[in-house]
Amino acid sequence: MTHDHHTHDHDHPHDHHHDNELDPFAARVKALETILTEKGLIDPAAIDAIVETYEHKVGPRNGARVVAKAWVDQEFAERLARDATAAIASLGYTGRQGEHMQAVFNTPDTHNLIVCTLCSCYPWTVLGVPPVWYKAPPYRSQAVINPRGVLAEFGLKLPEDTRIRVWDSTAELRYMVVPMRPVETDGLSEDELARLVTRDSMIGTGLPLRPGSLGPGALWPPEADPGAGI
Amino acid sequence: MNGPHDLGGQMGFGPVAPEIDEPVFHADWERRALGVTLASGALGAWTIDESRHARESLHPATYYAASYYEIWIRALEVLLERHGFVSADEIETGHKVWPGVTPKRVLHQADVEGVLARGGPCNREVEAAPKFAAGDRVRTLNEHPTGHTRLPRYARGKSGVIEAVREGFVFPDTNAHGKGEAPQHVYTVCFDGRELWGQGGDPALTVSIDAWESYLERA
Repeated sequence: MTHDHHTHDHDHPHDHHHDNELDPFAARVKALETILTEKGLIDPAAIDAIVETYEHKVGPRNGARVVAKAWVDQEFAERLARDATAAIASLGYTGRQGEHMQAVFNTPDTHNLIVCTLCSCYPWTVLGVPPVWYKAPPYRSQAVINPRGVLAEFGLKLPEDTRIRVWDSTAELRYMVVPMRPVETDGLSEDELARLVTRDSMIGTGLPLRPGSLGPGALWPPEADPGAGI
Repeated sequence: MNGPHDLGGQMGFGPVAPEIDEPVFHADWERRALGVTLASGALGAWTIDESRHARESLHPATYYAASYYEIWIRALEVLLERHGFVSADEIETGHKVWPGVTPKRVLHQADVEGVLARGGPCNREVEAAPKFAAGDRVRTLNEHPTGHTRLPRYARGKSGVIEAVREGFVFPDTNAHGKGEAPQHVYTVCFDGRELWGQGGDPALTVSIDAWESYLERA
């Protein structure tokens, strides 16, 4: 498929790179921001601060720290299972779209998968803002009816007798998956373990990395301040 | 409402096509769209339920042709007009032409960190005891309200089991329409894949939804 970067091409409404191609829409957003600023309804510096927060501070590194701690600290894992909101807050991660958290734990028998079929509900405090595919119709429509087909698209093939539990986020509870700790990680520190935890492994569309598979791009975002988070 | 947003089980949208090393934003306008949407919500004029309903009320052809940030902005324009902050003229010209209503508050830069870190909890005290307990068999109502609801179509009229009794939460079906928070207990309800999707359903699949009490009856 070819891409015309200067038109909003409605012939290909579900094209994956759709979000790149909206110059007319960029003007529309700019116009709205201008009106609201002129009317004193928004503070452009506040917009900058919101963007800075979700581009550089709040993202999947937060969730990775939660998972790694649960892997090494049984008492924390139990608190995370019992009251995820409080356990996650104890690491400093609180707020918008993480007010009511539940952690769901993968086991050898059951694999968990998170979706919001009705909109784009997602645990922002631990994973940041959702990826495009999470908010788009293909994932939202198929995750509840054909989860194995969805997982295959992510390169994840589970044994047929592995139970799949799909959590449709229809209310204000926000879910994160705690994947199983990879084998051959006994000697790793909590920080090293956190580097194995991918965003997708906390949505359920992936598994953690194996030791030795860390390469460029494994971390999110690559330049993130490891101490950042609100 | 049976709107375009209610996607569970629909077919024909093509592959998920996950993007390797996806950036947080794909264009600068997406950054501004996120910020403008959150800052406008902080005006305090509408609830998250009303904003969700504005998004799902977009024409289906528009909804399916739009990226999610585009859906946000189109719905935001509706909300800003509905609540008297901007006029259609202003959206057309891109500039202020009238004062508009005065907001309850405006989000300033210094307050962003605190506001985002506090979020907007939706749990509320509910005096009545929960009607259902974990393990109870329930059936979801098969109703098709024309207003906002959070009971997806694929899970209507289906038999399931209560897995967890949650706190009371603001009821979106009323709150989206300015009819009050009317909080109810919420339950996590599990359905077998074959109850939802018939004999072709994955026998090793369980799907759960979080359902407000009035969505459920005892089975």
